[in-house]
Amino acid sequence: MSTLTLAKAINAGLRRSMTEDPSVVVMGEDIGRLGGVYRVTDGLQAEFGTRRVLDTPLAESGILGTAIGMAYRGYRPVVEIQFDGFVYVAFDQIVSQVAKMHARTRGDVKLPITIRIPVGGGIGAAEHHSESPEAYFVHTAGLRVVTVANPQDAYTVIQQAIACDDPVVYFEPKRRYHVKGEVDETIPLAETTPMGAARVVTPGDDVTLVTFGSLVATAIDASVALSDDGVSAEVIDLRSLSPIDHERVAESVRRTGRLVVVHEGPRQAGVGAEVAATITERCFEHLLAPPVRVTGHDIPYPPAKLEMHQVPDLDRICDGVDRALGRVPAGLQGVTA
Amino acid sequence: MPSTMGSATRGDLPQAGTARPTTTTDGRPEAVRPSTAGDAQPTIGMVQLLDESGVRHPDPEHDRWLTDLDDLDADEVLLRLYEDMVVVRRIDAEATALQRQGQLALWPPLLGQEAAQIGSAHALRADDFVFSSYREHAVAHVRGVAPVDLLRVWRGVTGSGWNPYDVNMATPQVIIGAQTLHAMGYAMGILADADRGIGPKADEEGTGAAVAYFGDGAMSQGDVNEAFIFAATWAAPVVFLCQNNQWAISEPVTLQSKVPLVARGAGFGIPGVRVDGNDVLAVLAVTRAALHRARTGGGPTLVEAVTYRMGPHTTADDPTRYRTADELEEWKRRDPVARLEAYLRSRGALTEEVLAHVKAAADRIAAELRAGCTAIEDPPALSVFEHVYAEPHTTVAAERAEYARYLGGFADAHAETTAGSADAKEAAR
Repeated sequence: MSTLTLAKAINAGLRRSMTEDPSVVVMGEDIGRLGGVYRVTDGLQAEFGTRRVLDTPLAESGILGTAIGMAYRGYRPVVEIQFDGFVYVAFDQIVSQVAKMHARTRGDVKLPITIRIPVGGGIGAAEHHSESPEAYFVHTAGLRVVTVANPQDAYTVIQQAIACDDPVVYFEPKRRYHVKGEVDETIPLAETTPMGAARVVTPGDDVTLVTFGSLVATAIDASVALSDDGVSAEVIDLRSLSPIDHERVAESVRRTGRLVVVHEGPRQAGVGAEVAATITERCFEHLLAPPVRVTGHDIPYPPAKLEMHQVPDLDRICDGVDRALGRVPAGLQGVTA
Repeated sequence: MPSTMGSATRGDLPQAGTARPTTTTDGRPEAVRPSTAGDAQPTIGMVQLLDESGVRHPDPEHDRWLTDLDDLDADEVLLRLYEDMVVVRRIDAEATALQRQGQLALWPPLLGQEAAQIGSAHALRADDFVFSSYREHAVAHVRGVAPVDLLRVWRGVTGSGWNPYDVNMATPQVIIGAQTLHAMGYAMGILADADRGIGPKADEEGTGAAVAYFGDGAMSQGDVNEAFIFAATWAAPVVFLCQNNQWAISEPVTLQSKVPLVARGAGFGIPGVRVDGNDVLAVLAVTRAALHRARTGGGPTLVEAVTYRMGPHTTADDPTRYRTADELEEWKRRDPVARLEAYLRSRGALTEEVLAHVKAAADRIAAELRAGCTAIEDPPALSVFEHVYAEPHTTVAAERAEYARYLGGFADAHAETTAGSADAKEAAR
């Protein structure tokens, strides 16, 4: 057991995958000599050489297209997109090529590409550095989409993503990069929680609080605050956004009767909408209140001095739980978070 | 390999779009069309070994890549090229007819580009890998794709007519230029393999190479330009083979570039070669040279094969709306098949026996193509859920089960969900 930051845990996972599988290559902007702007790939080029850890020209579509060609040749590329807002120029290669190649070729061509994307806000960054674009990728058949919320998952899931024969978009909550946690590097991958499985991180009885990535920690904090208020919230870390482990959430909601979904990304057609709709379909007769979404607003990500109004915090989560419990004053009924 | 830029020019070809209809067929004023004023492009040398009359001109710089044509069995080599060109022209004509008869949803004809494709494809080694657009039927034919497999995508029964690894050629790419990056990445894989002791090395018989086929329109795409940058930076063993067929649907090449396409290479640090794309020998020679350069550590080459799309963009297109009959007639004079025929005739190689043999081969393949095409059955309904992922995915599994339940409500449900709609129709009779 070692204590690692989330960033170091990803680094350790990458190093292990590269050590165990010579077909794993890592590529992206500034990832070699610099070790990445967040140092996630620190030391890998020195250890594995410039042929396996490639500093690329500044062209994200080019990076993805290159990864596709290398995967065609039998490699397992791990691509770093430097910031969430930079992925859109690679969108065609991801959506039209990476996602569809396996179906297009009826399984003849596998593209086991891992696309690492630092995600989310709350770090006081410039424009295009704080976005939550997960819904675009969840909406794209052929991609798997995962997020990590703690160093142990960061370490394990990056290896699972690389080992997976499907392309995986791996979101790294940059606000949590420097948070430390215990990482057991001795657990065999086969014995860890499967990549697609959600996990209950705080058991509870009154309300099911579903979230992922950066906001798992905030939701846990909220559950503590709520318990002081006599409310027992069950916090579920979705971990995988495609597929979504709906059954894990449904099992919880059948007990609690109330659902609050929390994420940073905009609400419209977001992951929260998918969870709320599916749970309503599956658990309608168990629901005691309409599902509540606590999310980013449907606005362009605001400038840093205003971002606290966009990213849900503990108080907004508690407010969402209050609404699910029907504890909002009558005068405020119908006012959304 | 020295660049041929600036070498002697023979057979300058007209730019598409420099002769236009004075009025458009839809009555729109000519003024709304992109201006071609100032489109005169600097003359750049073009490799040509067979002129438009089929006369062979010696060119030591390029003839050294055609040493098999110095041998006693040169006619055999030439006749192989000829037979392939005739056969793919016939496949193309048959496929166009099949589309007109409702057997294919669409077909992008290659008519006019036989030399550019056959010449370059004949330069390839089995361990090379091709990433093409959707018009490279002749390249696929040379790689060993069965003719009927060329049609599957266009009949609408699959996304991919063959297993790319069976012939080392990816299936048609529809997104313009996207495949150039895949070729570049594959070439990086070749280098990484060579580092690991997998496959031949640059200093031995030469590594394998990747070849990207694309058109003049693709030269405007960001992906193509990114592929040039990456390949040049990393000296990737890749050949960029641009078939400049003058037209991107209705847009002339002059709308894509103010300089000859081949001149773009210099800015990326990639040597460029402009070749008469209707001269199969010249295309063969420059592609061999470019591949040799790629294999032996010299990095990428940009080949611009200047040719002409004699037919429509696809069977859904009407070229009379945007180009003149005169332009087409001008290019028919440069027909790649007729040119090789004239050369073979001058060598005494085009005997009645040869002509009969080639005609018989084309007839046989066309008949097989037609029979094979009409025999392709629609896949079963639930196959749409297959291969979305390589590993199990709960969402797709759930949606498949739901749709199977829905289909199960129909009287012919069993046939529909298991054997495909063609069989279902049969069963219902």
